[in-house]
Amino acid sequence: MNLIIFSGPPSSGKTSIILKVIASYNRRNIKVGVVKFDCLYTDDDAAYEKAGIPVKKGLSGALCPDHFFASNIEEVVSWGNQENLDLLITESAGLCNRCSPYLKDIKGVCVIDNLSGINTPKKIGPMLKSADFVVITKGDIVSQAEREVFASCVSSVNPRAITMHVNGLTGQGAYELGSLLYDEDQDIKSVQGMKLRFPMPAALCSYCLGETRIGEAYQMGNIKKMDLGADKK
Amino acid sequence: MTNWTLLQILEKYPFALAYFEQNKLDIAGYEDRTLEEYLDHFSELELEDQALDKEKILSDFPVYIEQMQSFLGVEEKNQVLSLTILAGHDKSGVTEGFEELTILTSQIISIVGPTGSGKSRLLADIEWAAQNDTPTGRSIHINGEVPDNKWRFSSNNRLVAQLSQNMNFVMDLTVQEFLNMHAVSRLVENPQSIINEIIKAANNLAGEKFDLTTPVTSLSGGQSRALMIADTAILSSSPIVLIDEIENAGIDRKKALELLVSSDKIVLMATHDPLLALIADKRIIIKNGGISKVIHTSDEEKELLVELEKMDSLIQHARQELRKGSHLSSEILA
Ligand SMILES: Nc1nc2c(ncn2[C@@H]2O[C@H](COP(=O)(O)OP(=O)(O)OP(=O)(O)O)[C@@H](O)[C@H]2O)c(=O)[nH]1
Ligand SMILES: [Mg+2]
Ligand SMILES: [Zn+2]
Ligand SMILES: [Zn+2]
Repeated sequence: MNLIIFSGPPSSGKTSIILKVIASYNRRNIKVGVVKFDCLYTDDDAAYEKAGIPVKKGLSGALCPDHFFASNIEEVVSWGNQENLDLLITESAGLCNRCSPYLKDIKGVCVIDNLSGINTPKKIGPMLKSADFVVITKGDIVSQAEREVFASCVSSVNPRAITMHVNGLTGQGAYELGSLLYDEDQDIKSVQGMKLRFPMPAALCSYCLGETRIGEAYQMGNIKKMDLGADKK
Repeated sequence: MTNWTLLQILEKYPFALAYFEQNKLDIAGYEDRTLEEYLDHFSELELEDQALDKEKILSDFPVYIEQMQSFLGVEEKNQVLSLTILAGHDKSGVTEGFEELTILTSQIISIVGPTGSGKSRLLADIEWAAQNDTPTGRSIHINGEVPDNKWRFSSNNRLVAQLSQNMNFVMDLTVQEFLNMHAVSRLVENPQSIINEIIKAANNLAGEKFDLTTPVTSLSGGQSRALMIADTAILSSSPIVLIDEIENAGIDRKKALELLVSSDKIVLMATHDPLLALIADKRIIIKNGGISKVIHTSDEEKELLVELEKMDSLIQHARQELRKGSHLSSEILA
């Protein structure tokens, strides 16, 4: 089974792109399944189901969705193998700009959109910087100049990635992306022992554990304070 | 380069500054160190805090420099002079109704066919420089040859620039700031002279004039289109421009096409407006996912175009008179 990990900011076009890529495999008889990771809510599963694609979803609730991903991907991969999939795609809502779900040796795709502003590549960290493929969407609604500037910001934070422009509505570019993603020879039986590409932060503070009271007395663990500057009046 | 100081790097490759900036590497005070020495000054905690990957930065940086250099060199070395489309088949597997179509720079080809008939697919084939490896089985040649793979994979060298009616400026910048940002990302040596050239060209196309201090988001539809076209003609790195309909309002469309053509672009224009479609030398008819025909614009059609343009200018004139508050009479037909 092939495994491909998609990630990207909310509403950047991940589901649209994945659906178009899967549609491009139609003639090749590749059986694809999707697992969606999100935080509080998603109806992406309905969109995949409607397209006849086997789908599972996991909501991380109070946890960082990428931590949740790391603790569940092993079981998700065995689900994919049980279903006899040729290709398992995971879609993660990149809600935590500090973490990223990519694994070493597994293709990682980051989907970002032209509307999100040129500072986005600076902001989103490892989710963009350590991806193998960067897919830029919504090029149909911004100017050529903005597309070019955005793409150059992306390539300066991740010059090694293959950057592609794909339209999530018309599917323009999805076939091409699909042809780069699927690898006949890859056969992932398990991800046990594989490594995350980028370590997740060590943060674990009393608020992670359910503390609700504000005040220094209640703060434990990994606590970081803002520098508000002593001389500011 | 690994043992150069940051200052030496910046002197040789001024654009490296963008790399440091985008990666939030504040090198001030470390100019006399190498990149590695600079990175070594971060503590483990700082590295984790800022999500910095030292190894990756060290290995990415030369890749970035190489990409930007080839981007700089690309204009002289790899000029696109012609685009050739070699026929494939439509959705039902029927061979397309032409064998090969070569389009030279400064030529305009129009594309007609209902929505969903395969225009996006054609565009994608060109953009990807298809080699019988897409659903249509088409192949694309550039300058008569199988093109370099860089057209597929480099984010800075795209074959196709697109302009459509749905496009808007989303950045909150003035025209000056906007054009400057684009010019800087294209590594232009003298941004201000290019900016002046673009605003002049844009005003030459736009019905109502605007200047460099206007915020791009407050431009009218016609002004936006004019600025996008002038910017694409003068500053875009892509040799092929696809235009998806331009409304006939607030912009001189004929001049817009002339500008693109005079900038040595290959122009593909999806339109159902006879005033535009007949300007092209040829038009591609798309049906069922394939090119069913390539029609040469006949002399009769060119003559008809002249008549249609007269009719159009009458209607434009009537519209202006109405706007002014005049009474209209059949005299305008004279
Ligand atoms: N104009 C335009 N809209 C797009 C494009 N790609 C996606 N969209 C739209 O953007 C919206 C969000 O797309 P989704 O595919 O649901 O995005 P997502 O990243 O899966 O969103 P979440 O899973 O909720 O984080 C939808 O309304 C899409 O139709 C594109 O290329 N152009
Ligand atoms: Mg989604
Ligand atoms: Zn996180
Ligand atoms: Zn916490």
